[in-house]
Amino acid sequence: MNFSYYPGCTLKNKAQDLDRWARLSAEALGIHLEELETWQCCGGAYSMGKDEIASKLASVRALQAAKEKGQDLVTLCSACHNVLKQANDAMANDPDFSLRANNYMALDTPYKGETKVIHYLELLRDVVGFDNLKKAVKNPLKGKKIAAYYGCLLLRPGKVMQMDNPENPRIMEDFIRAIGAEPVLWANRNECCGGYAVLEDKAIAVKKSTAVMDNAADQQAEMLITACPLCLYNLTKNSASETRLPVKYFTELLAEALGVKE
Amino acid sequence: MQRIGVFVCWCGSNIAATVDVAAVSEALGHEPGVVFSTNYQYMCSEAGQNIIKNAIRDYQLTGIVVCSCSPRMHEATFRKTAASAGLNSYMVEIANIREQCSWIHKDKAQATEKAIILGRAAIAKVHLNAPLTAGESPVTKRALVIGGGIAGIQTALDIADAGFEVDIVEKQPTIGGKMTQIDKTFPTLDCAACILTPKMVDCAQNDKINIFAYSEVKEVKGFVGNFHVKINKKARYVDATKCTGCGECTEKCPMKKIPNEFNLGLDNRHAIYIPFAQAVPKVATIDPNACNMLKNGKCGLCAKVCSAGAIDYKQKDEIVEREYGAIVVATGYNPIKLDDYDEYAYSLSKDVVSSLEFERITNAAGPTGGTLLRPSDGKHPHTLVFVQCVGSRCSAEGKGKSYCSKICCMYTAKHAMLCREKYPDTEVYVFYIDVRSPGKNYDEFYRRAVEEYGVHYIKGQVGKVVPRSDGKLLVQGSDLLANEQVHIEADMVVLAAAIEPDKSARPLATMLTASMDTNDFFTEAHAKLRPVESPTAGIFLSGACQGPKDIPDTVAQAGAAASKVIGLLAKDKLTCNPCTAHSDEMMCNGCSSCEKVCPYGAISYVDKEFRMPNRTTAIRRVAVVNEAVCQGCGACTVACPSGAMDLKGFSNSQIMAEVDAICKM
Repeated sequence: MNFSYYPGCTLKNKAQDLDRWARLSAEALGIHLEELETWQCCGGAYSMGKDEIASKLASVRALQAAKEKGQDLVTLCSACHNVLKQANDAMANDPDFSLRANNYMALDTPYKGETKVIHYLELLRDVVGFDNLKKAVKNPLKGKKIAAYYGCLLLRPGKVMQMDNPENPRIMEDFIRAIGAEPVLWANRNECCGGYAVLEDKAIAVKKSTAVMDNAADQQAEMLITACPLCLYNLTKNSASETRLPVKYFTELLAEALGVKE
Repeated sequence: MQRIGVFVCWCGSNIAATVDVAAVSEALGHEPGVVFSTNYQYMCSEAGQNIIKNAIRDYQLTGIVVCSCSPRMHEATFRKTAASAGLNSYMVEIANIREQCSWIHKDKAQATEKAIILGRAAIAKVHLNAPLTAGESPVTKRALVIGGGIAGIQTALDIADAGFEVDIVEKQPTIGGKMTQIDKTFPTLDCAACILTPKMVDCAQNDKINIFAYSEVKEVKGFVGNFHVKINKKARYVDATKCTGCGECTEKCPMKKIPNEFNLGLDNRHAIYIPFAQAVPKVATIDPNACNMLKNGKCGLCAKVCSAGAIDYKQKDEIVEREYGAIVVATGYNPIKLDDYDEYAYSLSKDVVSSLEFERITNAAGPTGGTLLRPSDGKHPHTLVFVQCVGSRCSAEGKGKSYCSKICCMYTAKHAMLCREKYPDTEVYVFYIDVRSPGKNYDEFYRRAVEEYGVHYIKGQVGKVVPRSDGKLLVQGSDLLANEQVHIEADMVVLAAAIEPDKSARPLATMLTASMDTNDFFTEAHAKLRPVESPTAGIFLSGACQGPKDIPDTVAQAGAAASKVIGLLAKDKLTCNPCTAHSDEMMCNGCSSCEKVCPYGAISYVDKEFRMPNRTTAIRRVAVVNEAVCQGCGACTVACPSGAMDLKGFSNSQIMAEVDAICKM
């Protein structure tokens, strides 16, 4: 099965592991991710401003490119996913925004949010299926107690993201079970790590990431997994917890379980 | 040609502020057949009605049009007015220029134009009106109460007290409802069981009251005064006439790990069970999903130990058919599920409980015998945090309820106060948005919790509850008055969950053709003036099925609903609606289309001899409407392919005349 794929710029630099293991695992599961040819940076935090239009055009171009290929668009980075999903929602449901963006784009046929954007985790859950994933696992990560860290961007706003219940999600826990490990249930899994505030007020980032790390350690997790490069950076660099658990991309564990990690 | 009078009402400023009433009465005065047209401030007042009566006499009116509020509101009023002046009631038409015009428009010129058009349509209809005479139908002198909580119990007792028969249908194995689970009641702190269980016993002992417990209403047919209801008595697998409620079976049953609904799953019951010691009827029930004997035929222990021989594994559901004159809905409420509110860690920690669970934990008949112990480790909690408005006054992301659940402020004050009274070593915090305590002695009660019992009330909401491995619950909230974040290490967190109507209410409303609001609360006929009646005749509302209510309010409404029922059952005959269907037998071809759609079973067929051309005769099958049963819904007139079926007072020609008048601009 073929999907359009939007890696995003962090995955080409700091977070190359997130990208590499995702591609290898997808191939192993019979899924071909076709990277969009001329994708641009989604703009990250800047494009979340509601009144901005220019910074969201990169997302609209990516969405239009996938529409032209007639494929669903797979994302991986939590921030890119959030930005693309919100931009897509605005193109479909906010007539004023849609009109202005289409005026910029000057396409033959206006883009109206037709592309379906799915996160790599949704690809595993809804296309592959966690049951099939379980069957494809060669090296189950038996006995590993893993804390799924959702962060703030993956699930919210719930009405737009529509991935899972934002206050009581289970998609990453189900993923952890599928690769043979044991999920740890903990409260701060969907709290913000404070990453966005790191440049403005580092103390906030330290406080928030410490609370996340402390809670995971307190619940006897051995490691945290995430889909967000910024969370990974912030939890690794800024957490002041006594116990510093390793933080990994979920795709790395997936590749390990599927036996494609060399 | 009719002589028509037009009466335009201002409804104070309700109509007059948006509609130029003088222009409307002036314009309609020029319509054909209109011999008198006027406007007045309050047409429904005595002075207004006198204007109508005098005009009927002075101008020899044969029909009148009142341009006013919805016919739901005052059609009956103006029909009486006409009748008292010697005009047939059914020569009155209402043009609704309030709900359907002034209230929904802003532009005065456009609203005035629309009011004139609506008036014209009513005039066109009145031209074709004919005097109608209402018949009478008998009243079955028995009431049905659906739901056996405090609302249903009080309604049933009051109706029975007036000498009428009442049936209570309750889906649980016992009557009593939510109040049986509550420990103490605000604002007087008397014990719920002490004031409720005597009423339950009264119901059982009253020979006018018949309790169908563990039963559900399956089908409702008929109309006010004459309802036919099918009740499904679910199989208990125990013969209720033999069971003595001794409890021998429940002790011996080997399946003893079934979550106990009565204690909200905080402890277990057996597969055969009696919900609680004071259950009415006190009869054992076998849970068919848990019983080994019913599932795979292995066990049969309860039958062996039952000295009364009451166990009957072959018992089947039984349908009982009954007739009623009136139906009272008392289906009550439930707390919402807390799955969507996991910021409070409800699914992560056993020590985060709902307020109803907290009732069970503090109840002497509950799983801890009334000692406040944490569900996780059975230890005494020292710090408790109560969170109000969990799901109430919340429409964020569509997960909550937009309304205030009304009872939570008071029961939370009660919980907090009782905690401090019984366990002075506890610290108790309450997070609130507003404290709403209007009610007799309610605010005094809440103030006592703060001032005498030292409960810490914090204005603000909790953002996160983080359970720690040492058993503490880290509560993070905001104190809006101090403008600071609050962190509390709590031992227990109690969530005041929003309440919602019982899930059975929606299908029941469909069966009763009773209307509901968007939250599935039953709608009353008038928000202020008819609070216990449904807009559907013969259906009455009692308790929280109509909106969130505490016990005092529920009992008051239950009594009010009972008095309305008594008023209905006291009548021997009800005046029928004369706007019934009738079939033109010359046009009817006997196809049965009308019979199939009639919800009241009012249509039957007769073979009738007709004279045909050339002096021959033929026998034809034609439809006949039983006017005593027909409710005038009009379904048959739409279904009739040959146009033979018509409705008196709403004939096809009258409706077409209205449409023509609207279109003739």
